[in-house]
Amino acid sequence: MAKLKGRGYASVNYPTGMNLGGDPSQALIHSTTTGTFVVSLSSVDLGQGLKTVVAQCAAEVLGLPFENILIDTADTDTGPHCMGTFASRGTHRVGNAVIMAAAEAREVMLAVAADELEVDPGDLETDGTGFIAVKGAEEKRIHITDLALAAHFKHGRTISGRGIFLKEQSTVVPETGEMDPDSCQAHACTVAVVEVDDETGVVEVLEMHNAYEIGRALNPAMVTQQVEGGAWMGMSHALFEATEPYYPARDHGPADFTEYLMPGPADIARQYSVILERPADNGPFGAKGIGEMTANAPIPAIANAIFDACGVRVETMPFTPERVLRDLDALKGTT
Amino acid sequence: MPSSVVNLTVNGREQEFLARPAESLLTSLRDRLGLMAAKRGCAQGSCGTCTVLVDDKPVMSCLVAVETIEAAEVRTLEGVADGERLDEVQQAFLDGFATQCGFCTAGMIMTAEALLAENPDPTHDEVVEAISGNVCRCTGYRAIVAAILDAAGRRK
Repeated sequence: MAKLKGRGYASVNYPTGMNLGGDPSQALIHSTTTGTFVVSLSSVDLGQGLKTVVAQCAAEVLGLPFENILIDTADTDTGPHCMGTFASRGTHRVGNAVIMAAAEAREVMLAVAADELEVDPGDLETDGTGFIAVKGAEEKRIHITDLALAAHFKHGRTISGRGIFLKEQSTVVPETGEMDPDSCQAHACTVAVVEVDDETGVVEVLEMHNAYEIGRALNPAMVTQQVEGGAWMGMSHALFEATEPYYPARDHGPADFTEYLMPGPADIARQYSVILERPADNGPFGAKGIGEMTANAPIPAIANAIFDACGVRVETMPFTPERVLRDLDALKGTT
Repeated sequence: MPSSVVNLTVNGREQEFLARPAESLLTSLRDRLGLMAAKRGCAQGSCGTCTVLVDDKPVMSCLVAVETIEAAEVRTLEGVADGERLDEVQQAFLDGFATQCGFCTAGMIMTAEALLAENPDPTHDEVVEAISGNVCRCTGYRAIVAAILDAAGRRK
């Protein structure tokens, strides 16, 4: 009886967005009277961080502090249309739409600033701290709060912009089956190191090495966390999660999600993550989608590591102790 | 059954309110006192998002009938920061990015506060054991464990 160590790897290519009847998302942006830019979306942030990332996109294009951006995803009935947050498309689609909307709003912002400062809009620049200033004469400047007030109450202007990103529907070429369903693809590889207890069948994941090529990482901390949280979910799919009972009687199965097995803090692997940045030409500042793919490669990597450790080819998820032991027995010819 | 008057000290402030029979501490905190940091995740004591301190002990507030803890001292996440100044655990969670969707964060921090109050220099395994009743579905736990160890270091 021994604990057998093994290492396995797996790779994944993952599309950003999908075909549907075209894959659009819209964004509208407007300035309040005091210079907060409200980005209206129907896209949902369910914890993945969409609000943070698209606020970064808006702030970057407007040349204003991140704190000046307010993302409003309140209502899909009244907001501009979004196909949805799925297919790892949010950052790419919504980010592009927000960039387009913010660019239009920036143009109005600079035009109003030009009127206020009595200069040509082409001579103006934003400094990222909230001021719009004349290039080379930074003392001639106006703060966005004063500018927004002036736009409303003096010039009668709305500082606003519209944006949409549309990936048009791609039809299939009948002869070849060719189509162009997505916008770009992210790539990743996971190496898993596991230990298999050949007496109990328990598989423990010791290490996960994650390498991700995702275009540009708009928010590297969130990217790393998505990679590691996703790897944890992959490990969960591989070793724990099932609605069916592990053992023959149905009442051994989970009755609800509180009994649904997933790894806890004591089951975590050491994770090592590397992000490679090769900007996609159609991505917002080069970003590709990094969502669902993070749970994919860990599963076959763990299966391959189990094979490396003990020669067993597990084929049904989750790789429970019972399944590993049955396969081990079959391998040894003891059943 | 009639409602009863309950007195608690919540985050240092005396509170007196009416509670329905068997009303949970979580319901009192959220619906009566407007303290929304403790989350209602499973409402059956298995996720830990509602963790608060009652007389310095971490409890799942969804399982505590508030009338049974009359005169207790309750501490929630709202009572952790000193005004705008975050405490060491909060700062370590922020700096170490130990949160993603944020739903588990309040419970994790209160569990960590209880751990560090009792054991200022915990080992990795002691941190893991302490947060074993707190479920996180985003981070994979590693950043959370690291942040709690970091907070212990900051308090030294």
